[in-house]
Amino acid sequence: MIHRRRVNTNLIAGCIITGLTVFIILVGYFWTPFDPAGMDASAINAAPGLPHLLGTDRFGRDTLSRIMQGAGATLRIAFFAVCIGAFAGTLIGGLTGYFGGILDELIMRLSDAVTAFPSVLLALVAVSIVGRGSDKLILVLGVLFIPSFARVVRGEFVKQQHRDYVKNARLMGVKDARIIFVHILPNISAVLLSSIAIGFNNAVLAEASMSFLGLGVAPTESASLGIMLKEAENSLMSAPWQALSAGFSIAILILGFSLISEGLGFNGIRSRTSKRRLRLNAENA
Amino acid sequence: MHFRPTVKQIISALLTLVMLTALLSACSKSSTESDPAASGPDVSSSVNPGQPLMGGDLVVALPTDIDDPLDPHATFSAETRQLLFNIFEGLVKPDTAGNFNGAVASSFEISEGGDVFTFKLRDGVKFHNGETVTAADVVYSITRVAGLETGEPLLDGIEVVDSVEATDEKTVAITLSSGNVEALALMTAAIIPEGSDPAQEPIGTGPFRFVSRSPQENVVIEKFADYWGTPAYVDSVTYNIIESAETQIMSLMSGAVDLVAHLTSAQVAELGEGFNVVEGTMNLVQAVYLNNAVEPFNKVEVRRALCYALDKQGVLDLLSDGKGTLLGSSVYPAFTRYFREDLISFYPHDVEKAKQLLAEAGYPEGFDMTISIPSNYTPHIDTATIVAEQLKEIGVNVSIDLIDWNSWVTEVYGGRNFQATLVGLDASTLTARKMLERFETNNSKNFINFSDAEYDEVFLEASTTTDSAQQVALYGRLQEILAEQAANLYIQDLCDFVVMQPDVAGYEFYPLYVMDMSKIYFTA
Repeated sequence: MIHRRRVNTNLIAGCIITGLTVFIILVGYFWTPFDPAGMDASAINAAPGLPHLLGTDRFGRDTLSRIMQGAGATLRIAFFAVCIGAFAGTLIGGLTGYFGGILDELIMRLSDAVTAFPSVLLALVAVSIVGRGSDKLILVLGVLFIPSFARVVRGEFVKQQHRDYVKNARLMGVKDARIIFVHILPNISAVLLSSIAIGFNNAVLAEASMSFLGLGVAPTESASLGIMLKEAENSLMSAPWQALSAGFSIAILILGFSLISEGLGFNGIRSRTSKRRLRLNAENA
Repeated sequence: MHFRPTVKQIISALLTLVMLTALLSACSKSSTESDPAASGPDVSSSVNPGQPLMGGDLVVALPTDIDDPLDPHATFSAETRQLLFNIFEGLVKPDTAGNFNGAVASSFEISEGGDVFTFKLRDGVKFHNGETVTAADVVYSITRVAGLETGEPLLDGIEVVDSVEATDEKTVAITLSSGNVEALALMTAAIIPEGSDPAQEPIGTGPFRFVSRSPQENVVIEKFADYWGTPAYVDSVTYNIIESAETQIMSLMSGAVDLVAHLTSAQVAELGEGFNVVEGTMNLVQAVYLNNAVEPFNKVEVRRALCYALDKQGVLDLLSDGKGTLLGSSVYPAFTRYFREDLISFYPHDVEKAKQLLAEAGYPEGFDMTISIPSNYTPHIDTATIVAEQLKEIGVNVSIDLIDWNSWVTEVYGGRNFQATLVGLDASTLTARKMLERFETNNSKNFINFSDAEYDEVFLEASTTTDSAQQVALYGRLQEILAEQAANLYIQDLCDFVVMQPDVAGYEFYPLYVMDMSKIYFTA
């Protein structure tokens, strides 16, 4: 049987797309074609063209500049929210999955309870308690993401802990903490990374929908993709480029992360199946 | 192993393509369609009015649900008030110029000292239940609204009414505790049948009578055939509750509603041509109301600096294509007699002067401030966004805090726990006094904590004088003090657009927040 090494197109495409968007966002931190907040009464709702490549909004602000700044704000929120969620989620999921017991039951039922509520509703309640603003949004989203990460990590830990390498390590007297972080964690990295990429998607969408509902980033704080969508709502018919620009930016951001997540998952599965196949081949030979 | 896309992948790729093409064609279509309309001379915005037709059922969009009881004596929300304007009438009724004409009363006399109002009742005025209005009904209504028996006046300012009595079958005399010629505006308080409770059954004398009300859905009123005055054109009016501005626009486009009031210029622009558009002002004072009691707004230099930094015309240019009326103090131009137009340019746009004043006040680097805004008022939020951008120039960083309406009422307006807020304030009755009394030091509505000894003095004088010319002068002085002290960051009286289907006409603006449905008609 001829085995041809397959190129992981998803991962490569995802990395290229994400790399490009992140590059544009980084540029946006230092330079934008216009001041993202600068208003211009002479160019209200200007159509795409020169000098405003993606047109302007109803205050005459340059859409491209706002997209660059807004995508940055959105990505920043997504990044930190996922950091909080992934870190706390991995810790909780790892410990409960490894040790099991009553605490495991309790925390998992708690996370069931949390996931039972629609996340937007939960976020709404949280925002009405802590208030609006991007820093608060990071906190709220981060906390809301903990259960999903905890669940995934716990499942993997439960699976891994009956594997021989874990049993062997235990017999050799390796400490629990070392088994958790040094032995098991690297083995679930593919799954974890892929759920982090999905987490990014959810965070970008969550920021967009929360800001769209007026619960996320405050209007004067900075542009964000959700804010831009909301502001474009009133001129959806007369100036569609505003909504389209923001919408496409969200779509591209998410596409990149989705492809990466697909690619990582694919990679993990491929490496496992090919090893098994090699072993089978060896036995048959 | 070859790359073989699954069926699912192929379908999703195809779907994406279809959606993309649909999107692209939709936007290219809309842009080509709007181009000829923008320059086309054949469809002008003032569609030929045509001849009024009698009859027809009018559908009107209402931006918020009516959640008050339909009691004309105790309404808080402006939306309820404007609806009840069509059902109830007082002894007198305002016209479009702001004059008070007899309604239930055919004529009235005001005594020399301005403290006794004598009303002669009109013959043959009927309630919606078919009964004729008597002096006893008037006495009951005024007693109820002024709280003469309960001790709790239901309407703002009505507490000046001391007593009411029917001198004969057709005459009612109302005595005030002190002479106040402006009290005529209070006599618009609705006349209801003796012993009735309008919260249970809203019965008035207006051109329309109440039919039904479905929460979150609609309110229906129908033409009252026995109305004493000019009867309404249309047979019925249905107020559909449509809270989203975008849905209102869609409903107009689809023809589901005939009339939408209080639209912004951007929304009118989005509608395109082919509608009957009337422009007026909203009759309110839009300003950044500053809490004069908190840092840094307790310093008059800071308040003045903000006034100089604000480019009002610039706000209008960005917000509404330059439409709207600039203001310089707390009275809007519908009060033609009192409005001080000269105060508009009291603080010309001058960034250097603003910076200098800030430095004098001890804030050379500027400061951070928060403007709290009720989240359901898009025009105010937009205005604040522009103001924030302008104030950046002098180093003042504005953050906008969107709060829900109830929090605004309790926290900001009631609790005075705020730094700055951007709203539009109006008058519940058509008196300049209502606009100005809220800045008297001890007034319960003085939520900005404005305090100025001269203001209090002049206000007291203005409210006791019976000389009309002197009153105008004193009210003028009050506006001047507000401007001098830079009590608030006055911006504008917002422009207000009413959009009707091309076959609907007759809308007239009042100096109050009302929609007079009796004047609206379908055209042939």
